[in-house]
Formats: sequence, structure tokens, C-alpha cells
Amino acid sequence: MEIDRDHGRSPSQLRPLSCSRNVLHRAHGSASWSQGETKVLAAVYGPKAGTKKNENPEKACIEVIWKPKTGQIGKLEREYEMILKRTLQSICILTLNPNTTTSIIVQVVNDDGALLVCAINAACAALVDAGIPMKHLAVAICCCLAESGYVILDPTKLEELKMRGFAYLVFPNSVLSVLPEGSSLVEGEPMENGIITSVTHGVMSVEEYLKCLERGRAASAKLSDFLRRSLQSQLSNDSSKAA
Amino acid sequence: MGVPDASGDLSSEMEVDAFRRLFPLRYFERHLSESVRPDARPLGRARDTTLALGAVASAHGSALAKIGSTTMLAAIKMEVMTPSTESPDEGCIAIDFHMPPICSPIVRPGRPAEAAPVISKQLSDTISSSGMINLKELSLVSGKAAWIAYLDIYCLDADGALFDAALLSAVAAFSHLQIPIVSLNDDGKIVVILEEDDGTKLEKEPVNREKRKLTLSSIPFSLTCILHKNYILADPTAEEESIMETLVTVGLDSSSRLVSFYKPGGPVLAYTSAVQDCVALTRQRVKELQEILDEAISGMEID
Repeated sequence: MEIDRDHGRSPSQLRPLSCSRNVLHRAHGSASWSQGETKVLAAVYGPKAGTKKNENPEKACIEVIWKPKTGQIGKLEREYEMILKRTLQSICILTLNPNTTTSIIVQVVNDDGALLVCAINAACAALVDAGIPMKHLAVAICCCLAESGYVILDPTKLEELKMRGFAYLVFPNSVLSVLPEGSSLVEGEPMENGIITSVTHGVMSVEEYLKCLERGRAASAKLSDFLRRSLQSQLSNDSSKAA
Repeated sequence: MGVPDASGDLSSEMEVDAFRRLFPLRYFERHLSESVRPDARPLGRARDTTLALGAVASAHGSALAKIGSTTMLAAIKMEVMTPSTESPDEGCIAIDFHMPPICSPIVRPGRPAEAAPVISKQLSDTISSSGMINLKELSLVSGKAAWIAYLDIYCLDADGALFDAALLSAVAAFSHLQIPIVSLNDDGKIVVILEEDDGTKLEKEPVNREKRKLTLSSIPFSLTCILHKNYILADPTAEEESIMETLVTVGLDSSSRLVSFYKPGGPVLAYTSAVQDCVALTRQRVKELQEILDEAISGMEID
């Protein structure tokens, strides 16, 4: 089933996705998310009472702990923790549980490219599983820019090495609402076109970045459908957890 | 604080200060609706920037950059190392960013600041992806010896836009860098010839007489902006950063290519128009910073 791009995956074809919730028994919420060979496990504990120092006690605090596959955490992991924390802060409703801390533990199971993106998607699904109040979901996508200037999505680790530059992009998922069409437009663009998070590596022209954005948005719509479907299908056989 | 107030008596001054502390967001929004910021800057204007090269005499290259009151001291120390087998004819750069407790009340002694490793990582990403430094130039003897450049940046005063100031000081330190002269001794080892020996006759032929300056090909500069509602505020202070949380850092090199578009979360979403506005502001800023750097370099040559 696994088709590599060298074996005929089209540039904008994502690897097979899979998402399962409630995989850990003791955590308040957990999820595992995999994109091809990249797999991340996320667990949520909280909200627990009290916030850490230097955090605003009028809001809920979010704490992210990144566990690499092996070894100690370094600068790269610290950066990932910070990006994850800020991204999740922006999608959670922090004012509902003031003076509490929610911990999200991200365990890398296997890294085969697009790791940060996979972790953001896993953390998001785990937050849903834990029932943390959220404004909307976030969907993350990795866009790569090849030497010749075309954009490919969701690279494997081997592909990442060959690329001139890449961008990790996070968009809000499309919201199903009862409001009339067009009421959620911001400056003539739908809400899901706005960037929550963007991290780039390598040199690209501004036009190429905008091209990445466009392709990322198109793919994020598919991803957000997948996320919604997989969360809804598990909702029905989820009653055991509530008991 | 320089809040314009016509009456100017103490009681109204107190009220403004109290208002600022109690309702910081509303205080800022009142200013923004008048297209001005509390420090009397227009929204898109960066703070005054100064650059001094050669601030640390014992380092091989150094610079002190100030953007407003944000102060960064960067220094480079060169050491000879054995290059790795994967890249035998390349040197390397090790970047470290320090935030000592002196820089901000948020940093407490004994525990390192959360932001420091992140900025350090961002700096090495930006410098390596811009391709500013050709690592082959740091090679001395292929497979045997190459330079390792230890770049240490100290934040002396953290008043917002830390990454911009850190990148500026790093770039300036590299353009000030003077690589020491080395020669091969009898055992085939590299030894550094001290500067004082320059006048006297050298016993050994130096290995790198010509290669004492790095050629910096495309220099990256950056600008941090705050997105708040429809406003875009360039070069925020620490106070602005703590009140309005959506930060976007755009890095462009001297030929206007995008080196980094960094937006770590934040409650405001960036739409295409905001992306383009931030890039346009950065373009202007890059020109300013390039001039400031050129001026500092030419000032050094006159001395």
C-alpha cells in the first residue's frame, strides 16, 4: 500500500494517514498519528491546578514536553516544544480554565520526515480526546521546494535532504457553521486560509513561498476532512471512556 | 514616560500610567487607532539602530548591535579543528546565544531562559540556509585542518525583537572577522602566529596569507512584526511583545530572497495580504540595515 514518490507518488499526494484516539489507558487524552512511516504518540494530562512561574494565571497554561526517540533533548527539540506550545495556545480557549496547566507529552515513535507536522496533528487529536475546550482544530502540512522550483508535499526523510527549502505550515481546519456563506470571510479570504504557524528552512523567493502556501492550503482541506472523519467515527464507540 | 499630555500635571500623569498598567491592551489600541505607538513611532518604523564593530579586543571578530535599547554583543573566536570525514574540505560554525539574568527581569539566575535555545537554533538555521558563509573558505589543509568559528552572542538588554538584533550583531561580527595567520610546524601541525610577530621575519611560510577575510555572499537581515487585528507593528518592544502575542519574523537576504518566514502560533492568523505587507516592511528595513552595516564597515577602514 505504501507508495513512495520515487515509486509514483504524485507531488501533492500525501502518505497514508492514520489516526487513533484513546490509545493510552492512564492519560486524560491520547492519540497516535502517523503519516507513512513517521509516527508520533501524544498524551494530554490536565487541566491540573496552578500555573508555572512567569505564566499568566488569568489564563490556562499549556506545557509541551517533547520526548525524542532516543537520547537527550537538544536545541531542535526545544524549538519544537516552543512552536507546539504557541500553536496549541492559539487554538485552545484559554480563558475557560484559568490558573490551570495542561501538559502535552509528545513521544516520537518513528521519524521519516515531516516530524513537527505529525506531532502538531497528533497533539491536536489528543487535545480533542481529552476534551480540552478549543476554538477550532489545527492541521499541519509540510511543503518542500525542489531544486527546479516545484512544490512537493509531505516529504520523507530522504526527500527532505534533497530539497532546496521547506516550509512547515499550520492552518485552522474548515469550520462547519450555521452562519450564512461568506460571513466568516476575513479580508476576502476564508478563515481556514490564515496561517497559524509557519517555519521555513532554506532560501526561496517570496513568490515560491506564496506558491507553497497555496498548495499547503489545498492539502490542508483534505487533511482537515480526514481529521474530522476519524474523530467522528471514534466518537460513537467512545462511551466506555466516560464510564 | 513620554505620553503626550497637554495639561501635563502630575495627577493626569498618574492616571495615564495607571491606565497603562491596568488596561495595557486598551492603552495600546487607543494609540494604534491614531496610527502612532506609545513611544511616538509610526506603526511601520523600526527603532534607531546602531552598530559598533570590534567591541571585544580579544576576539577575532566582534560587534555590538543596538536596536532601540535591545543590545546584543557578538564575538567570534576561531580555533583549528580536524574536519569531519564527510566534508573534509569544510570548516564549521558553532553558534550559541546567551541570555544572562542581567538582560531581563524574566530571566532568573540559575535557570536558563526558555527563549535562548530557540533563538540560537533560529540563528544557525538562518545563517546556514542563507548561504552567507562558504564553509569551504574555512578550510586550511583538506582533510587535516579547518577552522571552527565559535560565535557567541550575549544579550545585554532584552527589549523586544531579540532575533533581529542577534542576527544583526552576528552578521556584523562575521564581516569584522579577521582570521589569524597560521603556519605548519615541523610536525605538520598547525600553529597560530601571534600578531606581534607580524613585523619580524617569519620562520615558516604562513598557510593562509591571502585568506584573512571571509567573503559574505548574500547577507541575511530580519524584521519582527506584531500582528494585532488589522495593524502591523514593526520592531516591537518587550512591552508590546508581552501584550500582543502574535509575532512574525521575516528574514530576507540582500537579493530579496526569503530566508525565513517564522510565525510560531499566536492568536491572530496571517492572511496573504498580511504576509505581503510584512515582506514589504522587511524589504525597506533590509535596505536600512545594509546601509548601517556598510557605514560601520567603512568607518572601521578609516581608523
